[in-house]
Amino acid sequence: MSGLEDLYREIILDHYRNPRNQGELEVPPAVMAEGFNPLCGDEVKVHIQVDDGVIVDIKFDGQGCSISQSSASMMTTAITGKTLEEVEGIIYSFKQLMSIHEKSLEGGSETVDSSTTGLGDLQALQGVVKFPVRIKCATLGWNTLEQCFEELDEN
Amino acid sequence: MSFDVSDIKKDFPLLACEENNDSLIYLDSAATSQKPQKVIDVVSSYYEEINANVHRGAYRLAEKATTAMEDAREKISDFIKSERSEEIIFTKNATESMNLVAKSWGAANLSEGDVVLLSSLEHHANIVPWHQLAESQGIEVRWIPLTESGLLDLTDLDRLLEGVKLVAVSGASNVLGTVPPVRTLADAAHAVGALCLVDASQYVPHRPTDVEELGCDFLAFTGHKMCGPTGIGVLWGRSELLEQMPPFLGGGEMILDVTQEGFTANTIPWKFEAGTPPISEIVGLGAAVDYLESVGMENVLEHERTLTTYALHTLADRFGDELIIHGPHDVSVRGGVLSMAYQDIHPHDVSQVLDEHGVCVRAGHHCAKPLMKLLGVGSTVRASLYLYNDESDVDALADALEATGKFFSR
Repeated sequence: MSGLEDLYREIILDHYRNPRNQGELEVPPAVMAEGFNPLCGDEVKVHIQVDDGVIVDIKFDGQGCSISQSSASMMTTAITGKTLEEVEGIIYSFKQLMSIHEKSLEGGSETVDSSTTGLGDLQALQGVVKFPVRIKCATLGWNTLEQCFEELDEN
Repeated sequence: MSFDVSDIKKDFPLLACEENNDSLIYLDSAATSQKPQKVIDVVSSYYEEINANVHRGAYRLAEKATTAMEDAREKISDFIKSERSEEIIFTKNATESMNLVAKSWGAANLSEGDVVLLSSLEHHANIVPWHQLAESQGIEVRWIPLTESGLLDLTDLDRLLEGVKLVAVSGASNVLGTVPPVRTLADAAHAVGALCLVDASQYVPHRPTDVEELGCDFLAFTGHKMCGPTGIGVLWGRSELLEQMPPFLGGGEMILDVTQEGFTANTIPWKFEAGTPPISEIVGLGAAVDYLESVGMENVLEHERTLTTYALHTLADRFGDELIIHGPHDVSVRGGVLSMAYQDIHPHDVSQVLDEHGVCVRAGHHCAKPLMKLLGVGSTVRASLYLYNDESDVDALADALEATGKFFSR
């Protein structure tokens, strides 16, 4: 069951059971986007409040599996107080983490991109890569955050 | 039990092979069934011995291929007790079969304000084509509600039928297992001058089917859920309706004549079978029908009822209130599809851990999002039974569920 232990790290289950920054913000001034995984019905709503290029508040809400909900929860803690530019970097790093070939996790020849090492708790989600079907769960909140950015650009 | 499941299992190479013998517990036949060796052999020998395009060449090989395909049509026709094999239209799956009815019969016969009455059990394949007609022609889509236990609530059927031109219902739910009273609905539809379409994807594979007894006008089902290949579906329709319906797709084979000015459509069934058909899949479906008939559909039904009863009791005994099985629990009105909620563990997480124990179940909305909304859930864990499953598979499911509970309570 080592693969499973890898997928369901303690920190992931903790964020699932005790989601951080759960809820909604008033729109406007906040912007909101909704993400769906049409394959499984998972849903997530992300609200962000941006002042002077800094994410001053973020809330998420939704229904879904432990991976989709914990990833969204960890995302909120990782980006609060960061500039939009910094957040773009974190999104990039997280997506890198999700695209690493599973061989590199087992000490294969591929090396882990150094840009993913600054992800903190989010590193715990790297076990997802061994279960390709679940990558979409892990990235749902992140794709929804990017939709929020598109909303911002349009406003 | 009417047949020995251990013998049946031996017919399915994927289940019987040494690697999977004890380690693979396949409980996802509502998604697709496994295939018996006989079907696999017929498909490969078709390519080895018969392959040629049908209805075209005058040479003997082409004639052999045509005969193989048309023999399969006869078998499938007999299997559902259709009086005429021309009433069997080959499609690529049940989804295409229902789209054919919507886009041919529906587009020609329905107009603004006409009502299509669906049950609240429907799969997206029997919802979206009607939503599309609502968009293009202004028809109204209306819903038969459900009772608490997941049966159709027919209390207000008379009122629901007002203005209805088609009643389109699932023959057996792919989520709750519910088997609605199709005959009652078909008779009620006819009494108001409406037609009745049955999505029999989860019906034909699991019980004897008699289109005259069902009393419907169209019956859609798919090959891959009944031991046949993927890529082959069937629409059965009453010939007098099919003859009046405009063609669905245009192309080769569906015409009697084509000129620069226009075309004359072929007769049924070929009018609806444009282009080279999936010949090996059709022949394979014929072999699947042979296989199921050799087991006996009455026996399949009896076996599934016995096993479903065992599953309902076993799961209730072992998990009590921690496990909810949605839908009716009376096996006389349900099939072997068990949609479950286990503790507060998300279905995806349940199925992930079950997989670690070799148990294959489906987690998700099962392409029935309106039904999920009625149930108040986003998704369920679904285990579905077929002729090759036995009590040991149900026990393995229960053991793996128990392990799942332990894993997430650590």
